[in-house]
Amino acid sequence: MIQERKTSKEISGMGHSMKRKEDGRFIQGKGHYVDDIKLDGMLYMDIVRSPYAYAKIKSIKIEKAMATPGVVAVVTGRDLEKYNLHWMPTLMSDTQMVLPTDTVMYQAQEVAAVIATSRYAAADGVEAVEVEYEVMKPLMDPYKALAPGAPLLRPDKKDKKDNHIWHWEAGDRKKTDKLFETAEVKVKEEIYLPRIHVASIETCGCVASYDKVNNYLTMYMTTQAPHAIRTVIALVAGHVGLTEEKIRVISPDIGGGFGGKVPVYPGYVIAIAVSFLVGKPVKWIEDRSENLQADSFARDYHITAEMAGTKAGKIQGIRFKVLADHGYTDAAANPSKYPLGLFSICTGSYDYDTAFIESDAVYTNKPPGGVAYRCSFRVTEAVHAIERITDKFAATIGKDPAAFRMQNFIKKEQFPWKSPTGWTYDSGDYAPALQKAMDVIGYDKMRKEQVEKRKKGEIMGIGICSFTEIVGAGPSKDFDILGIKMFDSAEIRVHPTGKALARFGTKSQGQGHETTYAQIIAEELGIPAENIQVEEGDTDTAPYGLGTYASRSTPTAGAAAAMASRKLRDKARKIAAYLLEVSEADLEWVPGKFFVKGAPEKSKTIQELVFAAYTNHPPGMEAGFEATHYYDPPNLTFPFGSYICVVDIDKETCEIKVRRFVAIDDCGNIINPMIVQGQVHGGLTQGIAPAMYEELIYDDEGNILNGTLMDYLVPTAVESPSWETGHTCTPSPHHPIGAKGVGESPTVGAPPAIANAIIDALSPYGITHMDIPITPYKVWKALKEKGVVKAI
Amino acid sequence: MEKEITVTLNGDPKTVTVEPRLLLVHLIRENLNATGTHIGCDTSNCGACTVLLDGKSVKSCTILAIQANGKKITTVEGLATAAGLHPLQEGFKENHALHCGFCTPGMMMRAVELLEKNPNPTEEEIRRGISGNLCRCTGYNNIVKAIQYAGAKLRGEKLPSTEPVFV
Repeated sequence: MIQERKTSKEISGMGHSMKRKEDGRFIQGKGHYVDDIKLDGMLYMDIVRSPYAYAKIKSIKIEKAMATPGVVAVVTGRDLEKYNLHWMPTLMSDTQMVLPTDTVMYQAQEVAAVIATSRYAAADGVEAVEVEYEVMKPLMDPYKALAPGAPLLRPDKKDKKDNHIWHWEAGDRKKTDKLFETAEVKVKEEIYLPRIHVASIETCGCVASYDKVNNYLTMYMTTQAPHAIRTVIALVAGHVGLTEEKIRVISPDIGGGFGGKVPVYPGYVIAIAVSFLVGKPVKWIEDRSENLQADSFARDYHITAEMAGTKAGKIQGIRFKVLADHGYTDAAANPSKYPLGLFSICTGSYDYDTAFIESDAVYTNKPPGGVAYRCSFRVTEAVHAIERITDKFAATIGKDPAAFRMQNFIKKEQFPWKSPTGWTYDSGDYAPALQKAMDVIGYDKMRKEQVEKRKKGEIMGIGICSFTEIVGAGPSKDFDILGIKMFDSAEIRVHPTGKALARFGTKSQGQGHETTYAQIIAEELGIPAENIQVEEGDTDTAPYGLGTYASRSTPTAGAAAAMASRKLRDKARKIAAYLLEVSEADLEWVPGKFFVKGAPEKSKTIQELVFAAYTNHPPGMEAGFEATHYYDPPNLTFPFGSYICVVDIDKETCEIKVRRFVAIDDCGNIINPMIVQGQVHGGLTQGIAPAMYEELIYDDEGNILNGTLMDYLVPTAVESPSWETGHTCTPSPHHPIGAKGVGESPTVGAPPAIANAIIDALSPYGITHMDIPITPYKVWKALKEKGVVKAI
Repeated sequence: MEKEITVTLNGDPKTVTVEPRLLLVHLIRENLNATGTHIGCDTSNCGACTVLLDGKSVKSCTILAIQANGKKITTVEGLATAAGLHPLQEGFKENHALHCGFCTPGMMMRAVELLEKNPNPTEEEIRRGISGNLCRCTGYNNIVKAIQYAGAKLRGEKLPSTEPVFV
């Protein structure tokens, strides 16, 4: 369907490509990021990190560091232990060291913190701290860590007899096993999605500023979820007197998040502890290398994917098994009920009723984490597995992957659709999106070209991904983090002159909330978006909310903006009835004003009605024009899309060139097409990144081999293709404005489209699978094995 | 061991005493309080700290402050004039070429020199020309458009449409 614009450009409600309100400060160097904060008397913190992946700490000598000019303190785990602050809880109710007292569990783990009067002096101090280690053999392979007799990595956990963390299942095991016994066609693939890192261009950091006189902590920090963080700080530090009303978390401008700024890192806690003890502000800004080596990773899932179906091409079921390598603690950022995140969306866009997923998580000597990397709680892993195995099934029975998908799509009339793992897809219309992508790229022509190229021995591939996302966590009956339900909030205050201030429980990290939230309110109230000031990220002023990640802002806080606006519109209607001396039922609304039915000249603008709320409000009515709404979504939203990628591979160098990439997204009704398209572009580049370039690599001794941006390959403008984008529109039936999240769909959908294109290209040589990132070297090795290219 | 240096920052002469090891980016951000220039890595790969040094784009994390002695530094704060925004600033805003804004100042400062050397670059030349600057949010499509827009404006030509083609 086509989305209609209901408001004028002056109002700029939904569907207008309004230029971003926040850009003025960013293009003039007036953005305000955490490292831009400078407070009187501020000290600087730097961190001593472990060179070993697994070692006992025999001694930490701080004398030379303390003698270094400018150094004022060195903090170790033993110091924090006195205040019971050496361990902290993770978001998944595991425990994580703030600073170790006995053992380090991964390379680059925090060992001690140096506090000094300048950044440089702190770094000098770090060099001068002497730590003696007794090195142990680390467990880097999750399968070996699970094997009987493997050394126990977490003896601190009294009930743990092995390195197994949890087991989790979804779907119907019996029914699925039965299907796999009898199915005509079964395909299987071992898929590894390696560790990667979000690598937002701004690293993490904070300024912890404790005011001893007033017992009040102001914490400026790079967080995507300021309210939740304040609650966590209160839970961790309440016993030393820092209770929640004495803590203010301010998340200033954030230089990219992608999930990496959801967790609480030890550096934040140490900075708070030091500021609390010395009564001065403490700044901690991590280096890029620290960020890549120690902050939360993403992925690291080993997946066995199986699909069963008929020779005629009907998918009948899937069976997936996952081993999740969590590092030394489960510090994943998932809703409490879902240790595997929303991976169980892995049944995908296809119509069948049988599925079973089982998963286990394991401790190893790697850094903790398990964040999204621009996706909704492990959906990328799920979509990669289903879309790779779907292609393999199509190839096995000799069907074109587009025709095979068309044959198996859940049909429009089947929505709301109950998935075999228990989700209710709110809406979808998959075939038109794939058809549109095929039309834009010229699918049939591309296939013909491929036939011609293959005759000449050239290597060209076409890959498809038709994904279903699950975003907007989430309904309070199922979704919480540490017990806090995953609603979100909006508070709108309209001033007497009709201009508004709106505050939210979320926090933009580049998504453009200052513009899009204003547009939602403009749509509902008719106040020009230009006149609506949006604020987020200050726990003292914004209403409580769970923050921005997992594409949840529009589905939750965006909905709250619409609902709060509607409360205000109801009030405006009452005032209009009073002023126009008619009954409320006689009034009709067009964006920006109420008028009397049949007498359009009798009207009151929203600005007039707001002014009356302060100057001439009806007897018995509360004065003012403010509303708050806490929105608890009835369901998640299910954006989808179809992507097609065309690659050419050089037979000599095995260089892979993405010649074209067409992305058709459906995120329901669109608030700002320019911003949606921009989100899609960015997500696609973060899709090609793990598909072809990024992987955190460790050796057997636990050394990270590419812990800097010199060799962890974030795509530049050269690697990133010129993306071709478009959309279809299937509104969410339960969301107040029919919208769905979109910022992460492309990161989810792009990697399997690229992988499928490369495998399609190599299929004439008998190659049926490769794990991402698929590099020229991997292609060259595979083609050498098949005798296609010769060893140099 | 500290040394007195004089630099011109966005037209203003500044005399400061610095440690010889002080990086230019820290001089700009910490000593001179111009925080529009950002730091995104420790290996000179990301380009967030790009500024103009005597008109040439440099990564200010890779140069010592004392090497800038007697030189002119231009940062993002110095791009706009009394007449208004620089064409690149306008191009970035009009074409939605920034999301989080962290790489933006460095990206624009790099593009200033790119357009000076090559006033009418092809898409390929722009992509190669900014390949020392990383952006994690935008996917680069709109950064390319923004630089093309600024190029057209600087050449005095008709400006390309900024409407997104999102069919």
